[in-house]
Order: sequence, then C-alpha cells, then structure tokens
Amino acid sequence: MTATTLTATSPLSTTSKALAGLKCKECGAQYEAKATHVCELCFGPLEVRYDYEHIKRTVTRETIAAGPNSIWRYKAFLPVETDTPIDVGTGMTPLLKANRLARRLGLKNLYIKNDAVNMPTLSFKDRVVSVALTRAVELGFTTVSCASTGNLANSTAAIAAHAGLDCCVFIPSDLESGKVLGTLIYNPIVMAVHGNYDQVNRLCSEVANTHGWGFVNINLRPYYSEGSKTLGYEVIEQLGWELPDHIVAPLASGSLFTKIYKGFREFVEVGLVEDKDVRFSGAQAEGCNPIATAFKENRDFISPVKPNTIAKSIAIGNPADGVYALDIARKTNGNIEEVNDEEIVEGIKLLAETEGIFTETAGGTTIAVLKKLVEAGKINPDETTVVYITGNGLKTVEAVQDSAGQPMTIEPKLDAFERALERARTLDRLEWQQVMV
Amino acid sequence: MTVKVLIPTPLQKLTQDKATVECEGTTIADMVESLEAQCPGIKARLCDESGKLRRFVNFYLNSEDIRFLENEATELSDGDEVSIVPAIAGG
Repeated sequence: MTATTLTATSPLSTTSKALAGLKCKECGAQYEAKATHVCELCFGPLEVRYDYEHIKRTVTRETIAAGPNSIWRYKAFLPVETDTPIDVGTGMTPLLKANRLARRLGLKNLYIKNDAVNMPTLSFKDRVVSVALTRAVELGFTTVSCASTGNLANSTAAIAAHAGLDCCVFIPSDLESGKVLGTLIYNPIVMAVHGNYDQVNRLCSEVANTHGWGFVNINLRPYYSEGSKTLGYEVIEQLGWELPDHIVAPLASGSLFTKIYKGFREFVEVGLVEDKDVRFSGAQAEGCNPIATAFKENRDFISPVKPNTIAKSIAIGNPADGVYALDIARKTNGNIEEVNDEEIVEGIKLLAETEGIFTETAGGTTIAVLKKLVEAGKINPDETTVVYITGNGLKTVEAVQDSAGQPMTIEPKLDAFERALERARTLDRLEWQQVMV
Repeated sequence: MTVKVLIPTPLQKLTQDKATVECEGTTIADMVESLEAQCPGIKARLCDESGKLRRFVNFYLNSEDIRFLENEATELSDGDEVSIVPAIAGG
C-alpha cells in the first residue's frame, strides 16, 4: 500500500431500529448517525442514541449467551447495522478471581478484568476499533486513521488490515519501540509526530477536516467509544448477571470510564441485571494527572497539563471526557487517585508476581492506585471490586527492564546450578544476578 | 495584527466553507470579534452566554494551547496561526 491508494469517500447516512441517531451530551441537539462528533451549536461531544424499548423487546440473557464469543454478542447495544460486523475474536476476555493479590492487599472479593489478552492486539482498544471500523465500512469510508498513544494505532492498523481498509496512523515520535513495531508490521502509513499526544491529536483534527478519512477517535468517535461499554456488559455477565460493588479503571481521556458506567446503566435499564450502587474509582499517573487534580481540588473543570510519565498510554494532558469522568466518580462515591512512576513499576510487578498477569504501565497505574485506595481505607474489603487491566506488558518492556532483574547465568554443569540455586534462595538477587556463578 | 485562523468542519457553514479565515486583532478575544464581523453568528458557537470560550473548544496559538498562555488575553503577532479545535479523545 502506498499513499496514492488513500482515497477520500463521502459518508452515507443510515439508521436502524435500535440505532436512533446522535445527540449532543451538552445541549441535547440531535443529529443523524453520520460521521460527525461535535455539536454544531455548542461544540459538545455527540453520543449515540438508542431505542431501548426496541432492545428490551428483542434481547434477553439467553439471546446474548447464544451469540458469538466476542463483543458482538452485545451487538444490539452497539451502533452498527450490519449482520456481519468485523469480528476478529475481540472481547470476552477472562474475569479472574484474584485471590493472591487480594490477600496481599487485604481484600476478599477482588477480580481482574484482563484485557491484556484481548484480541487481536492485546489491549482494550480492539473493542472500540472493531466497532469503529465496522461503522466506518457502513458509512462508506475506505481509509481509516487515528491519533494514538500506541495501543490504538496497533489495533486500528491490525483490524484495518483484516478488513482490507487503507490505514494511516499518527503517533508521538517518542513511543515505546514495541508499540511502534506493533503498528508497522501491519503495513499502514505511520506518521511519527514530534510532539506529545495532545499535539498529535490537534494535528489529526486539522487533517480530519480536509481528507475525508474515517478517524476512529475523531469523526467516528461517537461509534468508537461505544465499544468500551462491552467491558461493562462482560463483567456483569461473567459475575453471573450481577453488578460489582466497586470498579477501578485507568483514566486517560476519561472515555473508557464513562462507557463502563453507561454499559452498567443500560443493562439495568433494559432489565438484564438488578440495579445496585456501583462505586467508580479512577487511576492516573502523577506525571499526567489533570482529572485527579480537579477531583482533589473539587473543581468541575479540567486544567490541561503537559504529560511527563512512563505511563504513556494514559498520558493525555487535555482529556476530552475528563469532566464526565469526574462527575461519575463523585456521584458514585468513588475516588480518583494518582501514583508516581516508581509506584507504577511496583504495580506492574505486584500484579505479575501475584496473579501471573504482565500488564503495561496503564495497568501498573491502576494496580498501584488500587493499593493506595485500600491503604487509605477507601475500598471495603468485602466489596466485590473489579479492576480493569487494559493493556499488555510486552508492549512497554522499557518501563520495567531495569527493575525486573536478570536471569542467572551459569555454566552447563550440575554444581554450577546447585551453587546458583543456593545463592538465589539466600541472597538478594538483583545485586549478584549479573555475575557468572 | 493579521493572523490566519483554522476553522474546524462544524463551523465551516458559517465561513462559506472556508477552512481558513484571515482575522485582525491584538489578542484572542479581539480575533474572535474580528471573526464574528466576517462570519456573523460564529461567536455564539465559540463563546457561552457570558462571553467566555466554551469548555469544549480548544484554541491553539502556533500549536500551543492558549490555556498554557494567557487564555483569551493571549497576545497575537503578525503572521500567527490560530487553530480552533473541538475537544477530542483517544489513547
């Protein structure tokens, strides 16, 4: 594929029974379900409207359970019309009872929703991209694009390849090498922009004005963001059709957080699950904490920051859904907390050592915030608490390569092994592991 | 001061489909008035009833968010580029 194959196409307009159109979250103005993301009147974000009465009449726990083993079992709640969505096995990731981590922290009912093993690119972004690209095809786009901190670029490039769409992605030029390679391999056009994510995002908004491409997180954003609701639906179904008491999730733009909430509320609204209060707590890195700061200062607006953290996947200094995430944390009696880079690395290691899950820096942030909230008495040990792990550690090895230790290098002899084993059991490994035993 | 203003798609109906408009002004606030004089109705989209910029609108002066500068009072120089961008998300 080359740049000359990228073509602009005119979006079409269509609506289905359940997909009723778009609506401004701020002023309520209504729009057709086209490729547009902001209100022309007040610039507020647009959100998909559904006919919940129609969904209620046609969807039951049984019809969902009989669906595919992917996010598309919830297709009635997603903003697409086709009978053949792009299904690459995305979703239905494990909900793991995390007994060892729970004991370490002093909790009794802790679960990990493990999107570190989501398909096909090992992050929750596969959910939103599967939905966005399905809608992009319905709207007539032949080229898709995104602004990304890495995971979204991986996912957009991979699923576009599967769907036969042309793809051009924009990333900050300082991303972790695994995330860059994990995009390039699918052979899209990759623009590495000198600047942080917020600058990449601004550039993409300007490009989206002129090229007629489907930007999954810009002009397709109302559809794209709905994919995160499936993280709410799956947890309800995997808990045996019950809501948890408390969730902890990372906060970047704030979109994931608000869509988990929306997913929970929709299942209550159509009668699929019994209502109860769920507390929503959010995790940010100290080096990019605009939402946590607003929460602590009791503000209802977000002041942007310039990110400086190892948690690059959640380093959004100007979070578009920040105010909505703030509102949800407050009204559900949750918290928003921040942790420093050292705590993030410790969080990655803690989850790996106790549960066998290797997460990236966003997951390290979330685990470290979980620990901080427990220590502050802000999580009841008996609560059913679900922690969302949204990405895979093999993509951000730079974050932990200096603190995970080294293998013990030995000669291929039994006595060398015995001596090394003895030392491994008696000494602090980090100090001597690099020395031949 | 003459500056170039980049207009996002949702506002281009008010600028006769032009993606850029030349404006006059010594500050961002002046520039908005100049834009309104050329494209009546656009100020009401950018500012709320009290005249402050709406919370979902971002202004960038030569790629820098004006909230890191002096907000509406940010001073402009000849040849500057001001970009108006709706809030967006990602990751």
